[in-house]
Amino acid sequence: MEIRLNGESRFIDKVTNLSVAGLLEMEQVASPEMVAVQLNGEIVDRGTYQNTMIVDRNEVDFLYFMAGG
Amino acid sequence: MVQLTDTQLDRYSRHIILQEVGPEGQEKLMNARVLVIGAGGLGSPIALYLAAAGVGCIGIVDADVVEISNLQRQVIHFSSDMQRPKVESAAEKMRAINPDIEVNTYKIYLNASNIQEIISGYDFVLDGTDNFATKFLINDACVMAGLPFSHGGILRFDGQTMTVLPGHSSCYRCSFRQPPPPDAVPSCSQAGVLGAIAGMLGTIQAAEALKFITGAGTLLTDTLLTFDAKNMHFRRVSLKKRSDCPLCGENPTLHELEEGDRATCDLSA
Ligand SMILES: [Zn+2]
Repeated sequence: MEIRLNGESRFIDKVTNLSVAGLLEMEQVASPEMVAVQLNGEIVDRGTYQNTMIVDRNEVDFLYFMAGG
Repeated sequence: MVQLTDTQLDRYSRHIILQEVGPEGQEKLMNARVLVIGAGGLGSPIALYLAAAGVGCIGIVDADVVEISNLQRQVIHFSSDMQRPKVESAAEKMRAINPDIEVNTYKIYLNASNIQEIISGYDFVLDGTDNFATKFLINDACVMAGLPFSHGGILRFDGQTMTVLPGHSSCYRCSFRQPPPPDAVPSCSQAGVLGAIAGMLGTIQAAEALKFITGAGTLLTDTLLTFDAKNMHFRRVSLKKRSDCPLCGENPTLHELEEGDRATCDLSA
């Protein structure tokens, strides 16, 4: 399937039933707590990362927490 | 309204010549009251540019003193300022750049019981703080007070900013919901930050403040501007005001300010 991840096209093969949690892992996001995930324009509730599935043509944005100033 | 003197017409001539600013816009800047929270990496360029622009009254909040590790990026402070209160050091430079302006200094830590009083009376607020507790506190207090503000954050080679018009555009909590657990926050004093990143982001925030006051252009509302300076890649992510936002949504659960753990991400340490 093809998704848009952080604004860029991404082809994902060999994976069926990709969840938000799975995508975070696949992208090697070290601290998922430091990211808010937006899926097709909506913020995904942290408690539902395992059950929220990503399908073809989905748009996913990782919004990183940045506290420095 | 302020009547521009000949000296002011000269000093601000490059603003006045801009069609989107003009003498009216410059007068708006001279009548404006803007609060800069944090006199660090972001606060330094913000305060310098607002002062140079002739923003009539600028408040600056910071409880810390200047330390040697600040000087790599906090360009409003000089080596000779070490151990001086940051607000004092900053105010001195701002007045030196522009004697026309009024600078109010607040050498305090913002918390749930003092923030509302401090922000009241200002037209626009800029978040240049270094920790999530204060970033959320600023968001919440500004949204509750209906006060427009600019959010900013930097880390390593990255920066992000958005402008919030409470009641009209998405707030920080609409997307980020709540501070990450303190133990998940990578030790930021060890994470580091490329000095010039602070200038890149701070000047974007300062430009937003000037645009807000003069009405020029389009603000970074409902948009998170992020950049990765390692590859010099800029990106705008569209956000929206969420009906389920705990603060500005349809059924808000946050009705008063929360006191958070401030010491979660201190780049200056
Ligand atoms: Zn909100």
